[in-house]
Amino acid sequence: MSRRVYDLGHARAGDKGNTSNISVTAYNEAAWQVLRAKLTEAQVLAAFRHLTPGPVRRYELPKLRALNFVIENALGGGVTRSLAIDPHGKGLSSLLLTIELPD
Amino acid sequence: MQKSVLRIGAGSGMSDDRIPPAVELIERGALDYVCCECLAERTIAREALDRSRNPGLGFTPSMLERMEAILPPSRAHGVRIVSNMGAANPLGAARALLAAAPGWGVPDLSCAVLLGDDVTDLLRDHAGLTLMEDGAPLESILPRMASANAYLGADGVARALDTGAQVVITGRVADPSLFLGPMLHHFGWAYDDWDRLAAGTLAGHMLECTGQLTGGCFADPGMKEVEDLAGLGYPFVDVTADGAITLGKTPGSGGRLDRATCTEQILYEMHDPAAYITPDCVLDITDVDFAQEAADRVRVIGARARPRTATYKVVVGYFDGYIGCGEMSYAGINAVARAKLAIEVVKERLRRRGFVYSEMRCDLIGMNSLHGEDGRPRPEPYEVRLRIAARTDSRKAAEAVGAEVRGNHMQGPGSAGGGINFGAREILAVKSVLLPREKVRTEVVLEGVR
Repeated sequence: MSRRVYDLGHARAGDKGNTSNISVTAYNEAAWQVLRAKLTEAQVLAAFRHLTPGPVRRYELPKLRALNFVIENALGGGVTRSLAIDPHGKGLSSLLLTIELPD
Repeated sequence: MQKSVLRIGAGSGMSDDRIPPAVELIERGALDYVCCECLAERTIAREALDRSRNPGLGFTPSMLERMEAILPPSRAHGVRIVSNMGAANPLGAARALLAAAPGWGVPDLSCAVLLGDDVTDLLRDHAGLTLMEDGAPLESILPRMASANAYLGADGVARALDTGAQVVITGRVADPSLFLGPMLHHFGWAYDDWDRLAAGTLAGHMLECTGQLTGGCFADPGMKEVEDLAGLGYPFVDVTADGAITLGKTPGSGGRLDRATCTEQILYEMHDPAAYITPDCVLDITDVDFAQEAADRVRVIGARARPRTATYKVVVGYFDGYIGCGEMSYAGINAVARAKLAIEVVKERLRRRGFVYSEMRCDLIGMNSLHGEDGRPRPEPYEVRLRIAARTDSRKAAEAVGAEVRGNHMQGPGSAGGGINFGAREILAVKSVLLPREKVRTEVVLEGVR
């Protein structure tokens, strides 16, 4: 089974101030088990470390087979004052999907 | 007689959201209400600035265009409109609407206005409040304050609807509260009936971004298909008196409404799923589940809520200098090296002119503008677009950024194409404080036909 998050689930990013939240929803039960076990706060922080020192918090929604990652200080000072071309960080969901999970 | 199932549609999820799907939903969706959410965090600060320059302005600039499209069909189909397009001037918005409506064939309009969210003057007396973002006192941004608006709740929206007006115009109201308001008004739910407030708040949260619930912000060819994305339909919710909620979308429209789209949207802009704080309640979605009842029909079950907090969240807009920005493209052999040389040239020219920037960002679009540089090796693209943005308190210094980027057409590395100088943008940033509820006085004013 593939261990790339992209193949296991889909993602959407939202913004509030300088905080990005990115949900990951598993495509099926098997994928959910892998994501729940392997896609940790540390994994996500490692993928975003060049953008933010963190912290990253993870919330589980087992009924929806979804994880919600809250990534602080990830939006260049916040939507309203960021210099970034994507101040909302809408495109960051696709960064999370590039994470390769360890066995 | 009270309708047993209330249908509320989403007509707008931002000030420049697409208008045609709202018209389709009003014409074909058998709605009772349509709610149009049009305020992002900082838009109201910009509109407060408009109002300070012209007391007749300060409402959402696209309001008349949107209303011209949705008011006549709403009248024809008996749909009431609730919207926060009043922005920094709800009363001015209502008067502009009433002046324009006869020209659209609606001569006898009534419009209820919810006032009280503008707490700019109040905050001047509360300089000691703590900013939520950094813990600094409000005092630190008060001299540069442009606006301050409390997120009002559904109770005020319901009171405005109680007047019987066809249209309700508000300033800052929490997005889900725009949708909960008609439910409180129609069913007479008590404002401490937490199960029903939970259901209504969740319904509003799901709907507030229109097409993001029905297949927008979703498609990924080969992985996640959306049928007729071009014809994406807007969603509605069916609500019963006991708080059962079922989501649907415009009959015959494009897009999709199912477990996958609902799951992405329920977590959109959510932090702790056990504590989504609105002015009406503290929503807990940790036990929520979706049931597909039919094609494009999803029942939402399991929302819970705890009592609301004792405070309103207030967004304070303040002047935060200027951002200057420019872009230029390079293609073909050695394109990336030429773009990188152009960055150094622009930086050095700005330095020699004596301009100072508190922050500067240089991106190579096609390589690192969205995800940054994480150290993983990447192939060089055939084409790359340079983008430089910088922050400064000087308008002149900000204006120089895009000018110097564009100057690379003639005086930078070779074969530079498509230069754009975006000029200088005055920045209205936002921070937040919590204000005790009892400090805020709301009021409903009826304008037009009584």
